[in-house]
Amino acid sequence: MNETMVQSQPVVASASAPEKLLTVENVTLSFGGVRALSDVSFDIRKSEIRAIIGPNGAGKTSMLNCINGFYHPQAGRITFKGKMRQRMRPYDAALQGIARTFQNVALFKGMTTLDNILTGRTLKMHRSFFWHLFRHGPAMNEEIEHRKYCEEIIDFLEIEHIRKTPVGRLPYGLQKRVELGRALAMQPDLLLLDEPMAGMNLEEKEDMCRFILDVNRQFGTTIALIEHDMGVVMDISDRVVVLEYGHKIADGSPDEVKADQRVIDAYLGVSH
Amino acid sequence: MFYREAGQFKTSYAADMAIFPILQDRIGLAVILAIAFIAIPLFGSNFLIQTVMIPFLVFALAAIGLNILTGYTGLISLGSGAFMGVGAYACYKLTTIFPGVNIIVWILASGFFAAAIGVVFGLPSLRIKGFYLTVATLAAQFFLQWSFVRIPWLYNYNASGAIEVPQRLLAGIPVTGANATPVTRYLVLLSIVILLTWIASNLVHGRIGRSWMAVRDMDIAAELMGIRLLPAKLLSFAVSSFYCGVAGACMMFLWYGGGEANDAFNINQSFTILFMVIIGGLGSIIGSYFGAAFISILPTALKFGLPAMGIALSGPVAEHLNYIILGVLILFFLIVEPHGLARLWQVGKQKLRVWPFPY
Amino acid sequence: MDILYSIFVDPFMQMGSAPDLLVQTLWEGFVGGILYALIALGFVLIFKASGVFNFAQGIMVVFAALTLVGLYEKGVPAFLALAITIGVMFVLAYAIERVVLRPLVNQPDIILFMATFGLTYLLIGLGEAIFGGNPKVMIAEQLYLPKGAIDLKILGGVVTLQKIDIAAAIIALVMIGALSLFFQYTRIGRALRAVADSHKAALSVGISLNQIWVIVWFIAGVVALITGIMWGARSDVSFALQVVALKALPVLILGGFTSVPGAIVGGLIIGIGEKIGEFYWGPLVGGATESWLAYCIALVFLMFRPQGLFGERIIERI
Repeated sequence: MNETMVQSQPVVASASAPEKLLTVENVTLSFGGVRALSDVSFDIRKSEIRAIIGPNGAGKTSMLNCINGFYHPQAGRITFKGKMRQRMRPYDAALQGIARTFQNVALFKGMTTLDNILTGRTLKMHRSFFWHLFRHGPAMNEEIEHRKYCEEIIDFLEIEHIRKTPVGRLPYGLQKRVELGRALAMQPDLLLLDEPMAGMNLEEKEDMCRFILDVNRQFGTTIALIEHDMGVVMDISDRVVVLEYGHKIADGSPDEVKADQRVIDAYLGVSH
Repeated sequence: MFYREAGQFKTSYAADMAIFPILQDRIGLAVILAIAFIAIPLFGSNFLIQTVMIPFLVFALAAIGLNILTGYTGLISLGSGAFMGVGAYACYKLTTIFPGVNIIVWILASGFFAAAIGVVFGLPSLRIKGFYLTVATLAAQFFLQWSFVRIPWLYNYNASGAIEVPQRLLAGIPVTGANATPVTRYLVLLSIVILLTWIASNLVHGRIGRSWMAVRDMDIAAELMGIRLLPAKLLSFAVSSFYCGVAGACMMFLWYGGGEANDAFNINQSFTILFMVIIGGLGSIIGSYFGAAFISILPTALKFGLPAMGIALSGPVAEHLNYIILGVLILFFLIVEPHGLARLWQVGKQKLRVWPFPY
Repeated sequence: MDILYSIFVDPFMQMGSAPDLLVQTLWEGFVGGILYALIALGFVLIFKASGVFNFAQGIMVVFAALTLVGLYEKGVPAFLALAITIGVMFVLAYAIERVVLRPLVNQPDIILFMATFGLTYLLIGLGEAIFGGNPKVMIAEQLYLPKGAIDLKILGGVVTLQKIDIAAAIIALVMIGALSLFFQYTRIGRALRAVADSHKAALSVGISLNQIWVIVWFIAGVVALITGIMWGARSDVSFALQVVALKALPVLILGGFTSVPGAIVGGLIIGIGEKIGEFYWGPLVGGATESWLAYCIALVFLMFRPQGLFGERIIERI
């Protein structure tokens, strides 16, 4: 990885006492009568890869939506970087340093790969409307400076050849990669990945795993990911939380979770 | 053959991010500008300038305005006619209250009034989306149109109920009013349009334009990227209405030379501009020009072209034919190329670039 | 204070002191509302079945009425003209499905919406080219629609009800009832509801989308014809109606795009609201508020309930 990138986001030295980046306490979320999450608590430590797994409809995506302020839980607390928050908008989450990708790719389909990734830099760009009227001087310098940063991400994700292609025309696997690039452009402290490998073939999965691990190791970015491929989850994550029907049923290292009877029941089914 | 970029290497990001990165495009643009600024005023007849070029430029400006809102930000507006009206009336009031100030200053300033009104009617866009928002813009259209007629202060209590454009000078030459020659008006209008086109192109190619397109393509994701939706949408409403307002002021002062709101700024005008944007290409500045050229010149061509070819047309028949052709063309373009003339232009350029090979 | 008085007190005093005028205004609003509701109904049918926001519905009303009157003026007997007009609406539906909808399947909503704009212009041009642009008189008598008025002596005054308005209300109610039954209890109705839910799923169980679309556009065309007859009988038949037809938009907003009862209730709210507003508050601002009041009512309403009266609460998912 290139030097400038590392400088702009210094690697966090892994402290001996793990520092908590995000804590979720007793979160409950319901839509009308349907309970999506009930009384879920867990935490995410700095610089770890945290997996959230569970059967379909377990409330995993709802959990991510709560974390980045898209849904507002009826009860419970979410603390990020030591700050508790109430009814925040997704914009505030972005401002605090939470980036994310989506289960169904949510790219800006009419824009090119480069423009999509540049959009991730929005919060880092400060030149006013006035300068943008002329596209010269400060506004242009800023554009070029961020273009450089985005080119590094493009390099890193190996998508140079599709730089100027509208993303709507790209195949699914590449779209997922562009989406990761857009999230990385935000230089987030916490990166939420919602099924980053869904619908990919083995090769693409391996690439994606490599990118996720690289991001984690080189930038020290904390990652929370939802994934259905157990092999992947067990390989790359440091700790795993398991949800079922909106309840947390297990939490711990991959090996602990694998051995947990309730997890086995949830995945294999059990006769009641 | 002549349109090849081989050998033109970009060595800096600035060069790569230029709006016309290919040399041939820059030459083409220079030629077009030279024709517009020199050849047409010198050799063009008054008919060409007054009936073809001036309407085309006015509509191009309005179409760029609407394209910013509809094409780039994805908010459909049926109120552009009314926003043009705001510009026209603002300009009229300003120049009658302060006759000493240069009229071009007032034409540009009138855009700010339209922008302010546009923001007010854009406020509902926080809560409502899509087709629902068209109703908000229809409210603007009908309410403003009603105000233009009902508030006599706006047209200085003229008995006719219409704007009567006074004569204003620029460097001793009449620019507006009955004594202004078409060529003068054309050159003033052309300068305004070129300036504003340049600014619009700057805006849409930078951070501002990206945030608009992000809102258009996927508003939820845009918010998670740190784009605040309401300011982005309101800015789009403001800029769009600014352009429409200036276009309206130009329409009254440099084209019509006076007129009444119900004729000039009615719902049909809003539709016409929307069609220009659709046929030209949503989300394309050059498309706005194509669309404006197509739709503003079509009626003139029918009215004067067919009789010239020996086909007699009565006024009403020409009008019906105009409607039918317009309708068919809209359908045709949507079916053949939903992205409008601008996309056809791009495809054409691409074909030229690789000619004689298919790809 | 005067201004506050004239806004908040005076209109209600007027309502109280002349209840017969109030009833008369309410009735006029009711009838206007029924007609808005009928146009909105056409919108809702098409939107439900094909997801197309059919801007041309208003013009279809004019086109149908114009065809009917135009045929009669050319010497065709009234009821034969009616039958031919129904045939024309079928041909129109078929042509629209063939030429417009089929090539545009799967395009974004906005493209289809724009396509109906094109349709609008085409129909205006065709209608005027064939039948001329002059306003025409609806052949109400020849179709045995009642004429004249009933004077009701109530509340110490006289309320005048036009018989044609009563007929319009009854016909509208019968038609809405028949349509609901049709949707609920016939095979085609069930297929329509399936298509409304999901095109792909409907296709996969063997429902022909093309057939359904022709049927729906045809039904919408017949609704347009009936609306055109009623409306034409109240004023006259001309393309000026299209501006009025735009008011179906606020009606739809109030009622929600997919709800038939919503279209009715929305139509009545808009119809009554704008008549009352114009009669009691209009003079304060110089009158002629009917051109925009409907939109503002809808706008204010939307700020509080973005999904409409009967629409389901929107839960955004990502």
